[in-house]
Amino acid sequence: MSIRATNVTKTFGDFVALDDVTVDLPTGHLTALLGPSGGGKSTLLRIIAGLDTADSGTVEIEGVEASHLPPQKRNVGFVFQHYAAFKHMSVAKNVAFGLEIRKRKKADIDAKVKELLELVHLSQFADRMPSQLSGGQRQRMALARALAVEPSVLLLDEPFGALDAQVRKELRDWLRRLHDEIPVTTVFVTHDQEEALEVADEIVVINHGRVEQVGTPDEVYHQPANDFVMSFLGPTTTLNGSAVRPHDIDVFNQPVAGPAVEGTLTELKRIGFDVRATIDTAGGEHVTVHLTRTHADERGLDVGQRVWIVTSAERRPVAQTGLA
Amino acid sequence: MRADRRTGAGGWVLRGVVVTYVVLLVAWPTGLVFKRAFQDGIDTFFSSLTSPDVQHALALTVTVAGWAVVINLVFGVAISLLLVRYRFPGRRILSVLIDVPLSVSPVVVGLALVLVYNARDGWFGTTLATWGFQVIFSTPGMIMATVFVALPLVVREVTPVLEEIGTDQEQAARSLGAGGFQTFWRITLPGIRWAIVYGLVLAVARSIGEFGAVKIVSGNITGQSQTATLAVEQTYQNFDHQAAYAIAALLAFTAMLCLIVVAILRPKEQH
Repeated sequence: MSIRATNVTKTFGDFVALDDVTVDLPTGHLTALLGPSGGGKSTLLRIIAGLDTADSGTVEIEGVEASHLPPQKRNVGFVFQHYAAFKHMSVAKNVAFGLEIRKRKKADIDAKVKELLELVHLSQFADRMPSQLSGGQRQRMALARALAVEPSVLLLDEPFGALDAQVRKELRDWLRRLHDEIPVTTVFVTHDQEEALEVADEIVVINHGRVEQVGTPDEVYHQPANDFVMSFLGPTTTLNGSAVRPHDIDVFNQPVAGPAVEGTLTELKRIGFDVRATIDTAGGEHVTVHLTRTHADERGLDVGQRVWIVTSAERRPVAQTGLA
Repeated sequence: MRADRRTGAGGWVLRGVVVTYVVLLVAWPTGLVFKRAFQDGIDTFFSSLTSPDVQHALALTVTVAGWAVVINLVFGVAISLLLVRYRFPGRRILSVLIDVPLSVSPVVVGLALVLVYNARDGWFGTTLATWGFQVIFSTPGMIMATVFVALPLVVREVTPVLEEIGTDQEQAARSLGAGGFQTFWRITLPGIRWAIVYGLVLAVARSIGEFGAVKIVSGNITGQSQTATLAVEQTYQNFDHQAAYAIAALLAFTAMLCLIVVAILRPKEQH
């Protein structure tokens, strides 16, 4: 295990930011700490980096007990939400900073900076000042700066939070590709479940200072440990009193075998290729269903119809009997 | 849209009042000092600055102001870091204390220093005297008085800039392996350097112009503990008006130069 946090607790006054948190983050993976704002995920990341200290508990990095090491002795790379660019230094000087502190030879530093600027596609901006870069470019510079010291772990605190949607998406894809090229153990904090699902190998869901679930994106999405994880990771609707994903429900305009629920189709919204149907069941539930356009057309759905709905887990045997 | 495009009758009246006020109060009297200083020609101006007593006074002002500015630089930056980067009991009281020199009359400052440091019955001065160290009626006391009155200038320039730049860059430097001093020297200091320069220039202007506090602690002995401002008063009272106006013009010119330097530097920071 590359990073191991054991029984970490942190309070700010009366506020409990982390409540006895224990997590193992494996070497070489890209892990997302996912959760709502104020849930404690950034605090955990800062404690791993040594920028905050835990009230109790320990942090191990690459097998070394790091709880009492200052940040400069932990060999971690840290990327901040608002870039933390050194404003009075050029892009190249920013990237070189960690190497200059380590008193590397000038020629080695120059070569490393050149290599990293190529990696983050900023070679032509080497002599610019950070104020002359866009947000996305500044964040790539910050990433190159953190990677320059060849950290054993790379920590990113809401790295794309301050960027607009388009740049955010590009950088997200780019981070995934970068990690595939340089598989340094990476942990990033995000409150955006789509970001976590798309980029991470593993997701740690954190809420109210506790770890709710640890798993692959598939696991946390499809086998959520509890209602919080279920509702935080994606849309939900209620059917027969339990939470279900709206796209895990199928709709039929004729009775089907098995435990189907009968209801009336009250609304049908078409959003591009998505179709969102609302069904009022006999039991008084308003169930939301997401279908593709093709699927909805096949079913021949219309507002006001009587329909029968089943969750996808129960749908498969129905399809096999040929009743669909 | 520029404000002066909207100037109506009221605006013109206001402008006239303000300009008249500033001219009568500041520009005209200061201008007259220069006029008097140079009315007998530039040679007379310089020769009236060359008498041994005046030379000594000018040199003493340079010494006192120089030390005061250096001390205020070191402690001003240290106090600013303490006020902005640390939370401790009594922090707000310290912040208020820093502003005391702005509100208390320099004469009071002088008297207070005499009470504590005079060699005869001073609270601390007697102890220092037994170690052979004289503060009052000597250069150290004058430096202390000047440090006191110029104390807030560096602090009040530096603290808002420290607050604005925040701790992100410092934390980034730490995570990249920099220790405390390296972080201060390579990251914090470059971030506040212009604020320090403004603070220093203002401190220079304030220090060379200090009169009340220095007069009380110095004893005002011509040729010994008399600074340039005290020399202006002395020569004026001795009806050596030419010397008084010449020194005054020199002091005013230096102070204005400081303000001009600040005015030129200031827009650079706001890019």
